[in-house]
Amino acid sequence: MSRGARWAALAVGLLVLATAFPFYWTVVASLTPEARLFQAPSLVPTGLVLDHYRALFVERAFWVPIRNSLVVAGCTTVFSVFVGSLCAYALARLRFRGKVPLLGLVLAVSMFPQISVVSPLFLLLRSLRLIDTYPGLILPYLTFALPLTVWLLVGFFRQLPAELEEAAMVDGAGRLRAFREVIVPVAVPGLAATAILTFVYSWNEFLFALSFTLGPERQTVPVAIALFRGQYQVPWGQVLAAAIVATAPVAALVLGFQRRIVQGLTAGAVKG
Amino acid sequence: MPRAEPRGAEYREARLGWAMVLPAVGTILLIALFPLVWTVWESLHLHDLRMPWLGRPFIGLDNYIEALGDERFREALVHTLAFTVASVTLELTLGCVLALAMNRAFRGRGLVRAAILVPWAIPTVVAALIWRFMFDGDSGIVNAALAWLGVDPPVWFVDRLAAWVPVVLGDVWKETPFVALLLLAGLQGIDASLYEAARIDGASAWRQFRHITLPLLKPALLVALIFRTRDAFRVFDLVYVMTGGGPGTATEPIALYTFTSLLQNLRFGYGSALSVLVFLVAFLLALGYIRVVGADLTGERR
Repeated sequence: MSRGARWAALAVGLLVLATAFPFYWTVVASLTPEARLFQAPSLVPTGLVLDHYRALFVERAFWVPIRNSLVVAGCTTVFSVFVGSLCAYALARLRFRGKVPLLGLVLAVSMFPQISVVSPLFLLLRSLRLIDTYPGLILPYLTFALPLTVWLLVGFFRQLPAELEEAAMVDGAGRLRAFREVIVPVAVPGLAATAILTFVYSWNEFLFALSFTLGPERQTVPVAIALFRGQYQVPWGQVLAAAIVATAPVAALVLGFQRRIVQGLTAGAVKG
Repeated sequence: MPRAEPRGAEYREARLGWAMVLPAVGTILLIALFPLVWTVWESLHLHDLRMPWLGRPFIGLDNYIEALGDERFREALVHTLAFTVASVTLELTLGCVLALAMNRAFRGRGLVRAAILVPWAIPTVVAALIWRFMFDGDSGIVNAALAWLGVDPPVWFVDRLAAWVPVVLGDVWKETPFVALLLLAGLQGIDASLYEAARIDGASAWRQFRHITLPLLKPALLVALIFRTRDAFRVFDLVYVMTGGGPGTATEPIALYTFTSLLQNLRFGYGSALSVLVFLVAFLLALGYIRVVGADLTGERR
């Protein structure tokens, strides 16, 4: 190894260590009994217990926010990927006037600060009696999920060779059939990566979920964890156990599909 | 307008195009653009949900005039800008170092990518809790480490300045991976033969970085800069969970003050005016973004 490569390895090693340590520390703390949590910390854990996880599900009914998050993030993802893929295909592959301003609109909406639409969405959902309901979260979530899916999928569809539909259309298939029978099957990896990213963003969302729910019955996982309070002090053991439970699904998804996700994240953004 | 000869293939393609974009664009107009217009309208009214008997009278620009004279709003704006500059600078610098190091071909790159991708993917709320716990006064590992080094630690969440340290560090920890991945993709697009030629000409590593890497990495750097600025500017989750804006309002960013005005004080007119001001600043950022990235995205395929 050259000197430069050794320095590079060292730098990466240090940064990976700095990245991984907070996770390690959280896992250890979530397994440490409450009484020992506030003693002098030791890097090598001993006497670990599952008490906090048990309390999370038995005493706190943590499965309720998990169910809520699954429903809301799941519905948002399915709707966005379905509607967004149609839109993205047209924007990426069809020729028609008004396409460029439309792409501009999608990009502009993805730049919105969420807080700038909280007040009308709250008044709108209130007048529709949708505060503290699943649709009352799914609809606001589409404000960030739809632009995200359209933007990612335009990138994916652009990368496919043009000959694909041309061959199908020579065989007499219409444009729409060519999309359904030729493009969609080829684009499955891209669609999957997009779906995963949309799910992750929806699972993690906090501001809308905090603004448009009223109580534990409809709170999502991030809101439930943020509002976790003990009677006298922060119940750190349970809070950190909940943090691990909230992290596990997105971490598993992202690790399972990391190559595709990195491609999806960086496509479109870095082509110049 | 229907044209005289509307039956060409071109016309059919355009019709199909509009039919395909309509559901998505219609939804976006309905749930994003329409509320935005509503916010502007709302901001011109006195609308206090705690005092429904006042009704909702039109008051013109009074809410904006109040906002401009509002000390807490001005402070929140300064906090947001300071946080943005500090965290984005750290993230771009560290992300660049990490990307350059990862780009040196060595084994285990997949593993490294996996390790750094996880913080990016987790909920911000979780990141905030993890860092709050590490900086906690009683049981925090940070204070233990500082004590071991013989340093007397500040009371992190009580000191007006020190409270920013865990906030910025938490953000840097969570967001640097994204920057590094963007920059790594940019680095991998640089033609290796350029470095070959520079080496033959005897250029030092620094000169190679300065004259080849940096100029060719500029598009990726700009994209990372704009994305990160956008997200740092709307920081909410991290602060809400870690400090609640405190001590007092010492770490309150603009999104949190707006949220408080809306959903805790229930001042919808005033909160909407703040929302519009936040939007205007973000809109200027977006214009820059579309100029940099949009031209590339909307360009026709090869």
